[in-house]
Amino acid sequence: MTDLAAPERPAPPAPPPRRALKANLGAADRTFRGIARGGGITVLVIMALVGTFLAYRAWQALRKAGFSFLTTQAWDPDGGHFGIAAVIVGTILIALVAVIIAVPLAMGSALYISEYAPRGIQRTLISLVDLMAAVPSVVYGLWGAFLLQWKVISLSRWISDWFGWIPIFKVNGVSRHDPLATPTVYTSSTFIAGMVVALMVTPIACSIMREAFSQAPAGEREGAYALGATRWGMIRSVVLPFGKGAIIGGTMLGLGRALGETIAVVMIISPVFVVQPHILQNGTSSVSSLIALRYGEASGFGLSALMAAGLALFVLTLFVNFAAAAIVARSRSGAVSEV
Amino acid sequence: MTTLETSQLPVEAPQQTAGAPPRTVLPNRSSPAGQQARRRVGVLRTTDLLALFGALAASLTMTGLLWTQLSPFTGVLGYVVTSWVLFVLIYAVLVSFDESRPTMWDRIALVVVHSLGAVLLGVLIFVVVYTFVRGWSALVHVNFFTQDMRDAGPLDPLTVGGIKHAIVGTLIQVGIALVIAVPLALLAAVFLHEVPGRFSRFVRTVVEAMTALPDILAGLFIFATLILIFGVEKSGLAAATALAVTIVPIITRAADVVLRLVPGSLTEASYALGSGQWRTVWHVVMPTARSGLATAVILGAARAIGETSPVLLTAGFTATFNADPTHNPMVSLPLEAYSLVQSPQKTMIARGFGSAATLLVLVLVLFAIARVIGGRGAGQLTARQQRRSVRASRRDAARYITRLSSAQPALPTESGAP
Repeated sequence: MTDLAAPERPAPPAPPPRRALKANLGAADRTFRGIARGGGITVLVIMALVGTFLAYRAWQALRKAGFSFLTTQAWDPDGGHFGIAAVIVGTILIALVAVIIAVPLAMGSALYISEYAPRGIQRTLISLVDLMAAVPSVVYGLWGAFLLQWKVISLSRWISDWFGWIPIFKVNGVSRHDPLATPTVYTSSTFIAGMVVALMVTPIACSIMREAFSQAPAGEREGAYALGATRWGMIRSVVLPFGKGAIIGGTMLGLGRALGETIAVVMIISPVFVVQPHILQNGTSSVSSLIALRYGEASGFGLSALMAAGLALFVLTLFVNFAAAAIVARSRSGAVSEV
Repeated sequence: MTTLETSQLPVEAPQQTAGAPPRTVLPNRSSPAGQQARRRVGVLRTTDLLALFGALAASLTMTGLLWTQLSPFTGVLGYVVTSWVLFVLIYAVLVSFDESRPTMWDRIALVVVHSLGAVLLGVLIFVVVYTFVRGWSALVHVNFFTQDMRDAGPLDPLTVGGIKHAIVGTLIQVGIALVIAVPLALLAAVFLHEVPGRFSRFVRTVVEAMTALPDILAGLFIFATLILIFGVEKSGLAAATALAVTIVPIITRAADVVLRLVPGSLTEASYALGSGQWRTVWHVVMPTARSGLATAVILGAARAIGETSPVLLTAGFTATFNADPTHNPMVSLPLEAYSLVQSPQKTMIARGFGSAATLLVLVLVLFAIARVIGGRGAGQLTARQQRRSVRASRRDAARYITRLSSAQPALPTESGAP
């Protein structure tokens, strides 16, 4: 409009004063905004308090232990000799095993639900996966401790027999194909704990991935088919690149969840306080199981040490989760048109 | 077809005149030269079936050979895994005899993706069924649901003692947790949705990161503050607070996602009609998103019911019935299951599995309710809601008509006012 009118005028008029875009809210709306803001701030404060309190209570132990807190393996706070080297390594190993098992499983199921499953059962499958995420961890823990543990022994033995030359698959105290080896060296291991945690992580990662896969643009899918792609070719060239952010983000969120899982791990592992790099061997530890097992008998200072371990876990999960959120937010998958 | 046939007439006519410039000739498609059979797409061919079953038979027998003759493997799990790997390899080879390379990869992906989906589904069913099977011997006794564990020693049979105290404890704790968490979480979600800006973006980021807060840290937080600093004893209230801390970010995030699905056209229509922000939120946004919000709350409740570790730190443990959340320890179902299976006695373990099965039933019920309520998107009404809104609309119309007819004789000029 202004372009058309411009040539007739001798000089461009002075730009009109900028209109204030701020709405003049009424009293009711101002109150509403205030209350809503109050709710938001409360949630933020609670979340901040969790971190602050952990740090505050942990300070006593951290100051005493100093840098050795990160390098000591033993856990004897009252004797003054404690650190998280063993438990944090155990935590990370369990989470890594869980993620390595969970990611292919989650990706496969997400692809199955979004690309292969018949339309009729798609919704049912989605709610089954959601249900799997809602199954309490104690139920998985029971399953892992009473059933899976004993079924996995043969697999663990097979792996350690044939791949024992790889350091992480080594099991101390058994020789290859030893028929008399006691099976209990293979129970309560990082591997089994990781398997059970993987089952808890899979549905979370799966639902994030499926969400992204099913949003892959139909035009690009049909373009791939029109160029002669098979279904797998289409998935590889359209769906997976589109969902890349969600795959990474879902994996990281799963990792965050796996790092913090408590009760199922407590039910399976037998705690040891040395760095246990052999994932098939009996005995490992994790930060959350340490807290769950030791909080009851802890003295004041021991509690402070436990808080310090909790703080380390908190920082670790927060870092992983922020990274996951950033990756998910930046990926193209989130782009949805406004209704 | 009809357009083709009619257009043939003018095309054929100029062909007869010699010397005229060549013109486009449409092919005559009315009678195809040969009889064409319609190609069938997406039908299983014999070769597909042969490849599939051949590979299956070959892999099973080959693994059997490996298992029995060549190498001393043991275990059903190993047998299944090995035969699956062999099956994929053999199937790929068989398909590659008939088909091109991309088709072969397509088939491999088909097999792998289907098996992964089946594994996940199988595990879910397996976990649920196993819990019920192991807990069945405890679940069949009525006293399991009507008594507490006060009189049940380690050697007592399953006809004595039950988990009434844990069921009641779970319900009380989750109830209190929801009372604390739901208003807070919904308010925060409304804030995130309605007051956009840098601050709410920050809150959203923090909330999203906190959804994966290790649950034991929530317990540790409450243990350090409420119990150690404020001197609240280990009780149902402390446990409920810990559960609330765990589920606030979960409900907030789910509700935020649901609120974002409310169509912008609806809120804009409300603003255009002159209503303020809180009226829009109260009368348009929240009712539109009602079913989704209910789902968010129920999923939060399902999560809270299953949490063990916050309760482990804050609720204490008791074998007796206690309905008072402010005093004395109060046990919940997951905690009961966890502590019962620590015992070496078979009956105690059966009771533990029975508690876990009861817990699963509770979660399943909540989940089913969430599905029924939340199956619809924002603004989609059930049949009853639709009938109700139609009735309300009819009432309004009738009201307008009566007002019109009563107002018309007195003020004919303002007939359109209401």
